[in-house]
Amino acid sequence: MTRYTTAACAIAVAALAASTSACSVTEANDTSAKSKGDGTINVESSAKNCDLTSSEAPSGNVVFKVKNTGSEVTEFYFYAADGLRIVGEIENVGPGLSRDLVVRAAPGTYLATCKPGMVGKGIRSKFTVTDSGTSTKITGVDQATIDAATSQYAAYVRDQSQQLVDETTKFAAAYKAGDDAEARTIFPHARQYWERIETVAESFGDLDPKMDLREADLEPGQKWTGWHRIEKDLWPPASGYRAMTPAERATAVDDLLANAKVLDQRVQGLKYTVDQIGNGSKGLLDEVASGKITGEEDIWSHTDLYDFQANVDGARVGFEGLKPLLEAKEPDLATQIETAFDNLQPLLDKYKKGSDDFVSYDKVTEAQRKELSDAVNALAEPLSKMTGAITL
Amino acid sequence: MTPDRSLSRRRLLGAAGAGALAVGAAGVGGFAYGHETDEAPPTGVDKATYPFHGPHQAGITTPAQDRLHFASFDVTTDSREELVALLRTWTAAAREMTAGTPVGDGAPTSYDAPPTDTGEALGLSASGLTLTFGFGPTLFEKDGQDRFGLRDRRPAALRELPHFPADNLDPARSNGDLCIQACAHDPQVAVHAIRNLARMGFGTVAMRWAQLGFGRTSSTSTRQATARNLLGFKDGTANLKAEDPDNVEKFVWVQEDDDAAASWLAGGSYLVARRINMHIEPWDRTSLREQETLVGRNRDEGAPLSGGTEFTQPDFDLQGRDGPLIAVDAHVRLAHPTQNKGVKMLRRGYNFTDGSTALGRLDAGLFFIAFVRDPVEQYIPMQTRLSSQDALMEYLQHTGSGLFAVPPGVGSKSGFVGETLFA
Repeated sequence: MTRYTTAACAIAVAALAASTSACSVTEANDTSAKSKGDGTINVESSAKNCDLTSSEAPSGNVVFKVKNTGSEVTEFYFYAADGLRIVGEIENVGPGLSRDLVVRAAPGTYLATCKPGMVGKGIRSKFTVTDSGTSTKITGVDQATIDAATSQYAAYVRDQSQQLVDETTKFAAAYKAGDDAEARTIFPHARQYWERIETVAESFGDLDPKMDLREADLEPGQKWTGWHRIEKDLWPPASGYRAMTPAERATAVDDLLANAKVLDQRVQGLKYTVDQIGNGSKGLLDEVASGKITGEEDIWSHTDLYDFQANVDGARVGFEGLKPLLEAKEPDLATQIETAFDNLQPLLDKYKKGSDDFVSYDKVTEAQRKELSDAVNALAEPLSKMTGAITL
Repeated sequence: MTPDRSLSRRRLLGAAGAGALAVGAAGVGGFAYGHETDEAPPTGVDKATYPFHGPHQAGITTPAQDRLHFASFDVTTDSREELVALLRTWTAAAREMTAGTPVGDGAPTSYDAPPTDTGEALGLSASGLTLTFGFGPTLFEKDGQDRFGLRDRRPAALRELPHFPADNLDPARSNGDLCIQACAHDPQVAVHAIRNLARMGFGTVAMRWAQLGFGRTSSTSTRQATARNLLGFKDGTANLKAEDPDNVEKFVWVQEDDDAAASWLAGGSYLVARRINMHIEPWDRTSLREQETLVGRNRDEGAPLSGGTEFTQPDFDLQGRDGPLIAVDAHVRLAHPTQNKGVKMLRRGYNFTDGSTALGRLDAGLFFIAFVRDPVEQYIPMQTRLSSQDALMEYLQHTGSGLFAVPPGVGSKSGFVGETLFA
């Protein structure tokens, strides 16, 4: 089991109902902003005032360092001239804290707004972005492109969860019938539908531990259920293991199937923001790095490479969907990520048996695992920059 | 900012032409803190020598030194007398080394004999060296055997720590009959101490595992700046500090009537050791937003996300737009004393890196050390919660573990470490 969440942007149903802007990742790393030096505009947000050290800046990247000098939680919004469209925002700044906002702003008029107490229209002032002449190539992305990317991804998740239910149904039948050979064959393939959308599935905090908990992750007294419980029964250790009875098998696999169906129901209405998709892609690569490459995911079946491939598949779908947005913002990064995906796949293909199967992971040597790990690092590093690049 | 730990004490001593083995406290302040900062050195943090004798062992409330060499040993003899003799030998050597003196007081040996002291600390000061000794559960009973007539004196709380969720413990980095924590400002001084103690133990004990720590992550004195761990965040802001004697008494030192079987441990403590690997590479690919949300503090200052500055008490109820500003699964919330029935620990952990793994990743993390009066109350419940609920666990894996009873200090020149146990 794993728990990569997208933190403040956790993919919760409630949050998803809100507008996409409620969760855009536009806050900046403090240090990088500081190193940019003189261009930074200091903002002091107090109970009554929203003081900026300057009311104008040249076009390009504009950095606001917002300090909450009031006693309530504050927010800072950088609106377009209409006072509605949010160009950039930071939320949840506690009293006394500072946070940086980086926006990429074209020449024009904007509204800088502090919202102490997080309520009302906030304290607004006019802000002018002058034409610097040097960074005129500020490319916007239209809403239609964003909508296409997010709806495609939603459709992908629904498709995978549907197939997860279908394959798990077949798996359950074979397992309950005592056809272990068939169950072992279906097991890694059924899991792939889970692994491709793992970061979405994990966002449901209750389902993940029920379906994907590993034995080592159990709390004292906690009942072990899900894929890995059944995995151990199908690939039991040589000694010290009592096989499940037919009744126990039925209970275990019916529970797994029921949870897969709950997941399928829950994803039907889900909508995704751009940063959720981007962070999800990066999260899937983290899953590969932390669980699959080390062989800790499927310690009984050694089917880790199926999971590995599925995580990479899911990450790639997320990336491909966002690629038009990324190409508009940072084409070099898009190329770098694409190349890294292209370099990783042939390394995985080396371990394929036929078109859909993989060798047992215990047959993959340390040196070969390192080769895979290096390729994952080469991909995950640029991929981790995608969300920040798109949402800037 | 944390005092620079990179400047070699040896270079400065050399530059100053100081060849003396021990340097006065006043003279030492300059090299540990006198560089690139106008800040006055925190007084008392950088003494050259700490007294070996006292009611408690040194190296617990002593302001955390910058370097660690921790070693765990298996006792290989069946003889109680040999074990006691070694503890006496270790005590004598510890007296010398913590005073900045070579083992054997530098007395010459035959030209045809190997030197008594291994020599690599010659010319160095004591560097704030402290040596802290502990006894593991297996010293009292192992495989059902009462090895040294100590079974009846085993403290009830001294048991192998339970399996915590997500533990991936390496037996070769866990447990042991005895432990020694060597802390100093200079890594060479700490390594020299463990090396010499291990050497004189051959035949009686064998080293089981050891851990180097290259930088402190805890402050045990209010005069020390809070250091950062390898996640890049300040660590141990809410730690117990020596300047809080009432709480130190309450949460660190075992009291006379805590355990009827183990009154020998009064004035001592328990040492919890956990080798916590960090998934450094995935962490480095995590947005600052997520990093701060997981930790519950901001990275710059270490202020809680509910506001204020580093030492402002976190407000766990303060609401932001989508829930509390400090997330329900943030590390600071789950680890904070107010969320753990008010219990505190004295943490004394160190950053470590042991090179790279077979996968080409940093083998690095936090070697967690905590001193507690009762691990059953103060450590096990909190770690159980952290291991199952702390969002930060995604980036952590516990790979080593040990629990040791730390006997009280040595009271006199004729005493030895553990004398109350073997009395």
